[in-house]
Amino acid sequence: MPILNEISALVKRIPTSMQEILNERVIQIRAEIQQGVKKPYKQVLNLSSGDPQALSLKPLTFVRQVLAGCLYPTLLHGDTLPADVRQRVQKLLGECAGEGTWSHLETHGIRKLQHSISDFISRRDGVASDPDNIYITNGSTAAFMTLLKLFVPNGSSLQTGVLTPEPSYNGFKFALAAQGALVVPYYLREEQGWAVQLDELHRAVLTAKGYCNLMALYVINPGNPTGHVQTKDSIKDVIRFAAEERLIIMADEVYQSCMIGEGMEFCSYKRALMEMGAPYSNMVELASINSISKGLMGECGLRGGYVELVNFDPSMKQNIFKLFSAMPCASLMGQIALHVMVDPPRPGQPSYPLYTNEIQSNKRAIINNVRRTLGVLNSLPAITWQPVMGGMFAFPRVSFSQAAINYSQERGQEPDVMYCLRLLEDEGLCFLPGYELGMTEGIYHIRITLAAQEEIMKEALQRLKNFHLRFLKEFPTLERPGGNTNPDPLTATASSVMGHADPNTPLGWRH
Amino acid sequence: MSICVLRAQMLPCKTVLSWTRGTGNRCDIARLRKCGVCYVPNLSPVSFPSRTLSNLATAHSGLARREMAENEALSRRQKVLTIDTMNANIKKVEYAVRGPIVQRAVQIEKELKEGVKKPFNEVIKANIGDAHAMGQRPVTFFRQVLALCSYPELLDDDKFPEDTKYRAQRILKACGGSSIGAYTASQGIECVRQDVSRYIERRDGGVPCDPDNIYLTTGASDGIVTMLKLLTAGEGRTRTGVMIPIPQYPLYSAAIAELGAVQLNYYLDEDKCWGLDISELQRSLQAASKHCNPRVLCIINPGNPTGQVQSRERIEDVIRFAAKERLFLMADEVYQDNVYAEGCKFYSFKKVLYEMGPEYFNTVELASFHSTSKCYMGECGMRGGYMEVINMDSEVKAQLTKLVSVRLCPPVPGQALMALVTNSPQPGEPSHAQFLKERTATLGDLAQKAKLTEEILNTVPGIRCNPVQGAMYSFPQITLPERAIREAKEKGQAPDMFYCMKLLEETGICLVPGSGFGQKEGTYHFRMTILPPADKLKILLSKVKEFHQRFTKCYS
Repeated sequence: MPILNEISALVKRIPTSMQEILNERVIQIRAEIQQGVKKPYKQVLNLSSGDPQALSLKPLTFVRQVLAGCLYPTLLHGDTLPADVRQRVQKLLGECAGEGTWSHLETHGIRKLQHSISDFISRRDGVASDPDNIYITNGSTAAFMTLLKLFVPNGSSLQTGVLTPEPSYNGFKFALAAQGALVVPYYLREEQGWAVQLDELHRAVLTAKGYCNLMALYVINPGNPTGHVQTKDSIKDVIRFAAEERLIIMADEVYQSCMIGEGMEFCSYKRALMEMGAPYSNMVELASINSISKGLMGECGLRGGYVELVNFDPSMKQNIFKLFSAMPCASLMGQIALHVMVDPPRPGQPSYPLYTNEIQSNKRAIINNVRRTLGVLNSLPAITWQPVMGGMFAFPRVSFSQAAINYSQERGQEPDVMYCLRLLEDEGLCFLPGYELGMTEGIYHIRITLAAQEEIMKEALQRLKNFHLRFLKEFPTLERPGGNTNPDPLTATASSVMGHADPNTPLGWRH
Repeated sequence: MSICVLRAQMLPCKTVLSWTRGTGNRCDIARLRKCGVCYVPNLSPVSFPSRTLSNLATAHSGLARREMAENEALSRRQKVLTIDTMNANIKKVEYAVRGPIVQRAVQIEKELKEGVKKPFNEVIKANIGDAHAMGQRPVTFFRQVLALCSYPELLDDDKFPEDTKYRAQRILKACGGSSIGAYTASQGIECVRQDVSRYIERRDGGVPCDPDNIYLTTGASDGIVTMLKLLTAGEGRTRTGVMIPIPQYPLYSAAIAELGAVQLNYYLDEDKCWGLDISELQRSLQAASKHCNPRVLCIINPGNPTGQVQSRERIEDVIRFAAKERLFLMADEVYQDNVYAEGCKFYSFKKVLYEMGPEYFNTVELASFHSTSKCYMGECGMRGGYMEVINMDSEVKAQLTKLVSVRLCPPVPGQALMALVTNSPQPGEPSHAQFLKERTATLGDLAQKAKLTEEILNTVPGIRCNPVQGAMYSFPQITLPERAIREAKEKGQAPDMFYCMKLLEETGICLVPGSGFGQKEGTYHFRMTILPPADKLKILLSKVKEFHQRFTKCYS
């Protein structure tokens, strides 16, 4: 019998990622097409994950030029690269240990990068940020995984519990499972525009009493998959709640640059916390996480991110430093992109116009995709949705007839999973079933990535439309799922924080 | 407890429903999930005094008073995360390679910059195996292809040789959206895994290698930590024990401590050039079996920090031992190109295992690790690496795949670099000559420095250095005067830490004390890389020599 039959119980408890299953199937279908297997489509469109460049959104030229220059400094001679790129490269090369090449740097990132990040945070929030509190990681997930190690398991005999929104980013729950923490769900309610509700947080705390040692609260703002953006007041309420309940706040703010409605402004947890003043501002422990993967950089493949730790006990510093040091250090390419993200070209520099243009153009693509997507969803029966205020996803709700539910149950699948799998097989289009992200039973959603090239989005929406109408013909009874007493999501009120690119077609509102 | 077959088999969607669990029960995806993440038992919603946004916002006087009292209580109370509430395993983690010496070195550098007078002008960090930081030139071909991958507009630039363009295009084609900025499969890009498997086959003289057994990783460390995590199970006397060499690379002890596994030391024999003795393995295992379940045997070959290269016979012995004791073998082979001493040759565990016949090749479980950070590449910052798993149970492999998917994909530039390392320029290609020249120069240079280091250190009375047969470090034993040992102990420091700290303060040279790697009790060492350029290395060694003589005199 193989030794490995007894393996880590924690690993066994990590759920299978639906995302991975779908991705593998996508790869397989692509291979089939290449081998000449007949399909009703020429290529597969995978809109299941927030991966902008995979969906042909362009990387920022400045970022890529700087990377190329750092990798191959010979390019600095001559004018292949613009002057400000060359300057940036020289600055970066000068800061690292090796001459002329970037190399292994101090584990939690080079000093200068920490300083640049803390400057960025200070500019963003209007409050000081200490570079010593910034740890650079291989993307946001690595930051979460390392942070969780600090208090999972904890000093008590009970398992560590973490308040986690449902629905929310699946990867965080996988990280919790991998480390052996308990998910204490608090439900975001569609009928309240996916806003965090204090009474729901309090209810969730009560469910945890006696079962686990509740130590942290995970929030994700702007929301994934919900597209909700928290107001400053709401954030302050959450902070007060965390203070009362003695919870570390883990704020996932990777979509901070993705504000969709015009006039929408991102308020970081750090800023809200500092505005609240003492005792909160020097008491509540906050870990704020950002990444180069999301937002308008979209550099998922380079793997770069950081976490800022605020108000952690000074006695913990050595342990935190040690832990981050013992972890493999962040990739240099990721560090370089991170450097550009927090210190982009400035007005007057040669690359500034192009950089700004590209950022705007990516942003425009996402906003157009939101409008386009919601337009198509509007035309489809049995689909309802909430406004998309920020982030990279739409999260419409699909109502299934009893026949469809029966059909999926016969296959041992949740209806939304069945829907997405069929959509993939029949139309070569991949969305993520809401099931993967955690939902109330009997209510079904699909997550649609909006960070894609516009042509791809158009094609995807056409396929969705074709499929959905065919699906409704197959399962025509449009009854609501049994016992559904939820108020109609259309009555949600989020208009106060909604901005519109075009006043004639309000984003996120169904007529 | 049954193991769920959690990896989706690639079946058409209609059969997805028939994914089964170990029990043979039909298992829907829903239930799979629910048995997955541990949720707190779901109690029915409890009514709670309404604390909505509005009534919190309207603070009347009573509430204000209460708030003041609350605020006072808040400001007095302790933080949530303290030494008492934290994960106790983390307290035990030590990572000497970046420990207090290195932190002090960074501080000294800062002081020098600020104009503080020191008996030296610069800090020389000979503590870490970072080749490029020490002036080793990166391989032009690698950098050219990576630059092209980063900024494909350069494909039109005629300064780049044709083969670099071809390689870049091939890699980009395998990336989502033809960009290295897209996620890849968690296990790594398929065509890179194929390159790796063909490389292994060539290296091992035709021993077959299945790309499905290759996992691309974020440097070798990621692979090692992942495997240790997968293998750590049980509680108390059934807790997984992991056998590691002493001296060891502290990543192992750090990961073992963090996971709460049991560290089992086997000592390398310094008198036999850090040789590995099977009877010592036996001793270590026997001593351990009373209090844990020894299941993993880690070998670092060529050795870090000790620089020895295992002979083929010794590897055979180790494999036989692992087979007999049913241990999972983890072979850290990141220095596989760094072999310098005459008569020494690198043998991979995989090749030896194969040549021992099917009895072994089809049963012994092995994970072998490699990286782009060492050898002639020295690209530590790219975080490229792979592991090959052999004879792993298919259900367990599914668990491994699931575990690696939690951290998403390894950095794509590192994956791309792995493709270039394992599929380097061939004769006839434009970059071939220069590639070969650079590789040979780097490895030749290292061989020379290995020899130089050993020779100079051995001229110092009180320093004894084994031949640096391979890898990138020397790990000499130092004789410390009794008085120095006493003084160190009074300060609560390991004697070699005391020594290295003094060396740093007086000369600016940053070495890692042997205590950070583990050593036989009563012996003291330091680890020094052989990476600095030869002229600098000579100065460094002579400074160490002077310091050692001064130190010995001062404390005698």
